[in-house]
Amino acid sequence: MEEKFDAIVVGAGLAGLGAAYTLAQEGLEVLLLERGDYPGSKNVTGGRIYLNPIRDLFPDLWKKAPFERHITQEGVSVMAGQRSLNISYRGEELEAEPYQSYSILRAKFDRWISKQAERKGVMLVSRSRVDDLIIENGRVEGVYAGGDELRSHVVIACDGVLSLMAEKAGLRKPGSAGQYGVGFKEIIELDSALINERFGLEGDEGAARLFMGEVTRGKFGGGFLYTNKDSISLGVVVGIKDLMEGPAAVQAPVLLDDFKQRPEIARLIKGGETVEYSAHVIPEGGLRALTKLSGDGILVAGDAAGFSMNIGVTVRGMEYALASGYYAAQAVIQAKAREDFSAAGLASYEAMLGDSFVMQDFKNFSEAPEALENHRIYSYYPELIGNVMRDMYSVPAGSKAKLFPTVKKYLGTGELWAMFKDMRKVMKI
Amino acid sequence: MSEIMGLKAKLGLDVFKHDKEPHIKIKPGMEKDPRLKRAVLVCPAGLYEENQDGEVELTIDGCLECGTCRIACGTEVLEWYYPTGGAGVQFRFG
Repeated sequence: MEEKFDAIVVGAGLAGLGAAYTLAQEGLEVLLLERGDYPGSKNVTGGRIYLNPIRDLFPDLWKKAPFERHITQEGVSVMAGQRSLNISYRGEELEAEPYQSYSILRAKFDRWISKQAERKGVMLVSRSRVDDLIIENGRVEGVYAGGDELRSHVVIACDGVLSLMAEKAGLRKPGSAGQYGVGFKEIIELDSALINERFGLEGDEGAARLFMGEVTRGKFGGGFLYTNKDSISLGVVVGIKDLMEGPAAVQAPVLLDDFKQRPEIARLIKGGETVEYSAHVIPEGGLRALTKLSGDGILVAGDAAGFSMNIGVTVRGMEYALASGYYAAQAVIQAKAREDFSAAGLASYEAMLGDSFVMQDFKNFSEAPEALENHRIYSYYPELIGNVMRDMYSVPAGSKAKLFPTVKKYLGTGELWAMFKDMRKVMKI
Repeated sequence: MSEIMGLKAKLGLDVFKHDKEPHIKIKPGMEKDPRLKRAVLVCPAGLYEENQDGEVELTIDGCLECGTCRIACGTEVLEWYYPTGGAGVQFRFG
C-alpha cells in the first residue's frame, strides 16, 4: 500500500506555509512541495505584512519572526513631472506594541516560517516542481512531481498568482491583463544608521511610502518604498493592461530607472548598493476576479485564489495568504474528522473564509478596482495638485496674487463637475 | 544625477540556476503575432526583443518568473512552464 498523505500543499509561500503549519499542528500528515531551493526563494513582496488580522491565527509565530522594521511612519507622495506633494503620517498607535505592520523580506521570512512548520511535523520537500494533478473520476487524488506520483486526500493549491494547479483542476482560466499588476523592485543596501537619519527613524522603526502619478506615467499603479533593517525596498507596480496598451508606451524597467532618478528618491538611496532585482505579478481584480475556491479533493488559497488587494492607501496580500491557508487547513481537519474529502466535505473552507476578514474585506472593497481604474488619478490630478502647490508657494518679483483666485483659476465649472464625478467613484472605496 | 544601472547588470546581481531547457518558449509560427509584441513592453527583465524582421525573440536567461508575459500574451502564443525544481531564479531577499 503506497503512502497517502492527508494533504499535499503545492507551494511554500505564505498560503502554503500557513496551511501546512496549521495541519501539522493538529497532527495531520502533510507534504509541502516547493519548486525553489528553499521557501521564499521564488517569492516577492513590496513589502510589508499587517499582523492584526492574523495575529491570533498563528499566536506562536510572531515573537521570534525575522521582521525587518515595524512601520511607524506612513507616507504618500503625489508626483507631478517636476514637483511633488508629500503627506507623512505618524501616530502614537503606530509606535505602540503590538505593532501593526512590519517590513519583511520573503527569502528570510518564509524560510524561517518553514523551519517552524517542519518542527510541527510538516514534511517539506524543496526543489520539487509539481507538474500535474492526479485526477481520477473528476476527483483530485494527488500530484505528479518530478516523475513521482504522490497521493493525498486533499491537494491545497498555493502555487501563486498564475495557479497552474487551479487551471488544471478547472477552477479558473488563465488570467486577463486587466485584473493583474506587475511589481518590480530593487533591494538597495544602505547602512541602518544612515536609513534612520534620512527617514527620521530610531532603532527598528520603519517607514513606508507610496507614490502616485508621474512614476507610472499616468498608468494604473504607483511606486513604493519600504525601509528594511539595512536596505531599502524600492519598486513600481503597474497594471499589465495599461502597460501593454498604452497610452505612452514604455518598457516596464524604464519606469523604475526613472523613479530612482527622481530627486526625491535619489537622495534617499544615495550611496546605497543595489543587491537584487525581482519582479512578480500581483492579483488586483478584487472580488470579481477570485477563482473558484474548491473542488473535489482540492482547495485554492493565497494569490492562487486571487487574494490580494489594492485600495490605493494600502496594498495587501500576505495576510490574506496566511489566513486563507489557515482556513483551508481547518476545512481539511474537519473533512478528515468526517472522512469526507469531497467538494461538499470541503465546503466549510468557503464558509469559514466568508465569516473571516478575508471575504469581508473583499466584499467591502469590491468597488475599489473600478474606482482606481480612473486614469485621471495617475496623471491629471498629480499635475493639477503640483501646479496649485507651485503657485501657492511661489513669491514672484512683483506682487503675489490672492490665494483663493490662484487656486480657483484651475477649477472651472466643467472641471469641478468632473472632479465631483471622480470623487463619487473614489468614495465607493 | 546618479548613474543608471543597465538591466543586464541588475539581473547579474540575482542568483540563477541553469535549467536544461528554456521554461518559456514562443510557439512556432507565432513570432510575429501582435499579442507577442506586448511582451517587449511588459517584461520587467526586458527579455523580449523585436528583430528587424518584426519577429519577437526571447532570451530566457534572466527570467524572474514573474508571470507577466503569460498574462499579457496568453498561452496561444507562449508555451509557459515554471523551471524544473531547483532551477531558475533564487531570490536571496525577495
